[in-house]
Amino acid sequence: MKEYVYFPGCSLEKIAISYHLSAIETTQKLGIKLTELEDWNCCGATAYFHVDELLAYTLVARNLAMAEKVGSEVVAPCSACYKNMYFTKLHLSEDPDLTEHINEALQEDNLLYSGTVGVKHLIEVFSNDVGVEELKSKVVYPLNGLKVAAYYGCQILRPKKDHEDVEQPQFFEGLMSAIGATPVDFPLKLTCCGGSLLISSRPAAYSMINNLLYNAQQAQADVIATACPLCQVNLECYQQQVNQEFGTHYSIPVVYFTQLIGLSMGIPPKKLGFGKEFLSPKKAIDAIKNIKNQEEVITQ
Amino acid sequence: MATKPSFGDEVANLLQHAEGNPLQTCIQCGTCSGSCPVVKYMDQTPRRIIGMINAGLKDEVLKTNTFWYCASCYQCTVRCPSGIDIAEAMYALKRYTMWKNQYKEGLIGPTFSETFVKTIVRSGRSYEPLLAPTYIFSYGIREFFSEALNATNLMLKGRIPILPPRIKRLENFRRMIAHIIPIGGVE
Repeated sequence: MKEYVYFPGCSLEKIAISYHLSAIETTQKLGIKLTELEDWNCCGATAYFHVDELLAYTLVARNLAMAEKVGSEVVAPCSACYKNMYFTKLHLSEDPDLTEHINEALQEDNLLYSGTVGVKHLIEVFSNDVGVEELKSKVVYPLNGLKVAAYYGCQILRPKKDHEDVEQPQFFEGLMSAIGATPVDFPLKLTCCGGSLLISSRPAAYSMINNLLYNAQQAQADVIATACPLCQVNLECYQQQVNQEFGTHYSIPVVYFTQLIGLSMGIPPKKLGFGKEFLSPKKAIDAIKNIKNQEEVITQ
Repeated sequence: MATKPSFGDEVANLLQHAEGNPLQTCIQCGTCSGSCPVVKYMDQTPRRIIGMINAGLKDEVLKTNTFWYCASCYQCTVRCPSGIDIAEAMYALKRYTMWKNQYKEGLIGPTFSETFVKTIVRSGRSYEPLLAPTYIFSYGIREFFSEALNATNLMLKGRIPILPPRIKRLENFRRMIAHIIPIGGVE
């Protein structure tokens, strides 16, 4: 059984509760144990790095130091948490003086950072550690005919970590194909959703959201799948405002990739957090219902 | 005789993980500006900002909104043929203006970042309702109401907590922060 330390991050506590629920449900089905990191603190988001890098690294190091006590790999579902943890670990490994300084501060919480814990994004667990073949074997209701725009966003891929493809990745589409859905050609799949500009520079963010929704609509996507809470909130919860601003008529549901995977595994929609969204991904859920109804007819 | 560091060196010094001044390797190709999803909202493009830094145009750089409009998407960073971490340079400029308390009037980013940091220092975790006042009055009456409506809907859907979350070992956490920043900041 694969085991990971799970770092949900602030968004998954509430605003992205559907991501949390579906992450737990789907990994369970795959025989993966996620143990939530006890007493974790905020990863620092982007705002902390605007103010003071040292403080930002300290915040992240506290989480990493706690994680290494209980496991060998920590997994984050939020792209910003993931990026912060991954790069803090990298910078600390290159800078022993900085690590020593931070360790002095960590003593206040009886912690010591030694850099032994690996950092992963949740989607990597699905695409690399589980893999497409094993995922396929758990699919009971393939989402046939469902056209999905697989939206990567930014910080899963960027900054670049190693030799991975940051211009034309395919692993997200691979997951969607594995559950029977049809990934559409979505050229803006790597383009930023606006992130926190929604707060600090709203007109710019609306225009960025508009571009993405237009692109998804052109691609005739039934649903946008995302792997980041901020992308989900920006693209879904502000769709109405974007419509007002640009005179558009978008109505494109935006769900977490784990929610779609969960549906295909036969997990009840409610357990996956469906019902908490502004725009219901009716087509995805109906696809499952139709199969279930047909099965009932056959068995009767 | 000691010489005063140039503006370019000052910015480069804020790039904690760089050696020397990477901005000087800029070839002004414009890949950053062409890749930037926010460029049309910026006073100056990223390419021009780097050129201006290298030319020592400090005041002109500091009065632009460019770096505070950077969404940290790192598209420029992964594409730069000279390997400059441009998004990180934008962070450096943000920090520079935060420390000097000198940035273009009307920007929301600096106040928002400050409030965010204070929220974390206080409770260990983020809480959206405490952050709202930093921006909710800034975009006019229509946006105010639509934001309030959004918040209500999120609350009805159970997506905003009623009470701010806090971590358990908060006292230790605060002492840890006070250790890193020895004066001020923590009540």
